[in-house]
Amino acid sequence: MDAFKKHSGVVMPLDRVNVDTDQIIPKQFLKRVERDGYEDFLFFDWRFNEDGTPNKDFVLNHPGYNDASVLVAGRNFGCGSSREHAPWALQQYGFKAIISPSYADIFYNNCFQNGLLPVTLDEVSVAHITAQAKEIPGYAVTVDLENCVVSDNEGFQVSFSLDEFKQYCLLNGLDDIGITLQDEGAISAFEAKRQG
Amino acid sequence: MPGKTMFEKIWDAHVVSEEAGKPSVIYVDLHLVHEVTSNQAFDGLRLAKRGVRRPDLTMATADHDIPTTDRSKPIEDPIAVQQLEHLANDTKEFNIQFADMHSPLNGIVHVVGPEQGHTQPGKVIVCGDSHTATHGAFGAFALGIGTSEVEHVLATQTLRQTKHKTMQVDVDGPLPFGVTPKDLILAIIGKIGIAGGTGHVIEYTGQAIREMSMEGRMTVCNMSIEGGARAGMVAPDEKTFEYMRGRANVPQGEAFDEAVERWKLLPSDDDAVYDAVVTIDAASLEPHMTWGTNPGQVISITGAVPDPSSYPDPADRESAERALAYMGLEANTPMTEIPIDRVFIGSCTNSRIEDLRAAAAVAKGKKVSSSVGAMVVPGSYNIKQQAEAEGLDKIFTDAGFEWRNAGCSMCLAMNPDHLEPGERSASTSNRNFEGRQGKGGRTHLVSPEMAAAAAIAGHFVDIRDWPGV
Ligand code: SF4
Repeated sequence: MDAFKKHSGVVMPLDRVNVDTDQIIPKQFLKRVERDGYEDFLFFDWRFNEDGTPNKDFVLNHPGYNDASVLVAGRNFGCGSSREHAPWALQQYGFKAIISPSYADIFYNNCFQNGLLPVTLDEVSVAHITAQAKEIPGYAVTVDLENCVVSDNEGFQVSFSLDEFKQYCLLNGLDDIGITLQDEGAISAFEAKRQG
Repeated sequence: MPGKTMFEKIWDAHVVSEEAGKPSVIYVDLHLVHEVTSNQAFDGLRLAKRGVRRPDLTMATADHDIPTTDRSKPIEDPIAVQQLEHLANDTKEFNIQFADMHSPLNGIVHVVGPEQGHTQPGKVIVCGDSHTATHGAFGAFALGIGTSEVEHVLATQTLRQTKHKTMQVDVDGPLPFGVTPKDLILAIIGKIGIAGGTGHVIEYTGQAIREMSMEGRMTVCNMSIEGGARAGMVAPDEKTFEYMRGRANVPQGEAFDEAVERWKLLPSDDDAVYDAVVTIDAASLEPHMTWGTNPGQVISITGAVPDPSSYPDPADRESAERALAYMGLEANTPMTEIPIDRVFIGSCTNSRIEDLRAAAAVAKGKKVSSSVGAMVVPGSYNIKQQAEAEGLDKIFTDAGFEWRNAGCSMCLAMNPDHLEPGERSASTSNRNFEGRQGKGGRTHLVSPEMAAAAAIAGHFVDIRDWPGV
């Protein structure tokens, strides 16, 4: 897994609440057995018209956000299905961080497994970043995981918090399985105790 | 010190290691696997040259992709074939029990676990599927995980978790006439909201839950995720033990009685404290259905499509407007005046024998409306057999319902069963997100009884007015 320390990038505003994983990546793409190649399917049903042409009204298709790498969205982002294809698609499309007032639990965990940082900020800060991203062409923020701060060039700065262990793993790009396997002795002992 | 909740008891009994500032390592007793969220996990194992630690505690079934039509014919979709073959190869290579679509043990993962006695009180159960909460109906701690975590469990038989908070949802009094477990859970989600349970494990308590069958409890626990919760659970009792007795994979004879004594220690202590408590007055409940594009957008059958301008919160208002536009509905339309095109009775929420009996009782001797296409998809091969032995298939087919083979089917429409754009369904499944049952499809979640009645009437009906109910 790639480490995440600090990232600066253009912000794309997805000004909706309760964006579910069925929208992030619709089910027809879950039959693929690969772990990559999901970028073209991100937000597929919102992004493309019936005839396959890009839906010009959808924010992902606005030329100003072509280079966006930070997604700002309304509360309860990633609700619904547990599909890890959702963070895969977001990341493979080019998003490095998400900013939202809240996330659904499974999606939130899945992000960390893939080096995609979900930043939780208060509603006011999210509304501010959303408004700036809509109004200022090329509006960018810097997400600093080491210091837990989101800032922009206009003097805006806000800190965020997250589980320290998650922060540590992401900063160092650590693989969860590797860490747990260091505890192999404890797992074997637990199994032995149960059988005894 | 106050007593413990059932969740805390199960958690404490499964801690393999814990260290301040780190998530705990929790042992997993049962890992359920299906074709859609596991391929990449097995590939990850191979890449890292890791094995499956406990194939004996792992079981796989094919359910999401498989056709519900004639199984003797080859599957037409080559990508689905590839995915199913992937799982067949993975389970063979790693020595895991696999019920493919031709196996008599096949069915929806959350239906076959309990049916075959794998699901037991006190267990920690995981599956790469958010509806794993279903198994909590037996007093298990069962939660959905992502594919990376599936790989983690395969490799280590453990999961890294930070202890969740607890929420008690107490349903006071008996369910009134015509109100089913599905109506109850829809009402609960409507009350707490789709993120209301975030970070929590819900324990459902109260008279209505105690009086509820195991099938009903599974329906309720199943949709805990629709309220945002990590898991849902119900304390085991005599109903639980009776349901389990004699099933394959549960202890038999004396060993069963001993297990029951252990399981009786699981329920939350009287003085246990929950982090949050929600009380539902059962007497106030009516049959419910969804009107919008998330499971929290619910209303009583006697109600009307809400007017978005009635929402004080601008984000909720915008979301309601978007939902009405997608659903093709006008504000203030009475729910019973909404015509439907399709009916789906099935899914891990409502495809068990009791659900099929309830739907059949409504459909018996009637005819599906000429403007409606209706199908019944049992949750497992065994349920299908049992329903046929009871003659339920005949009742359905005589009434004009299609009688299909088991699988997830039109719950998420990964197989050929799906809505066409603009089609409106009455569905017993659990999600009404945009496009869930097919791009442009419009889903209303209801109970099996209300789905069957809607199929016949051609529009939604208040089941309490149905002749013979
Ligand atoms: S029936 Fe639906 S919700 Fe249940 S496991 Fe299958 S796809 Fe998921």
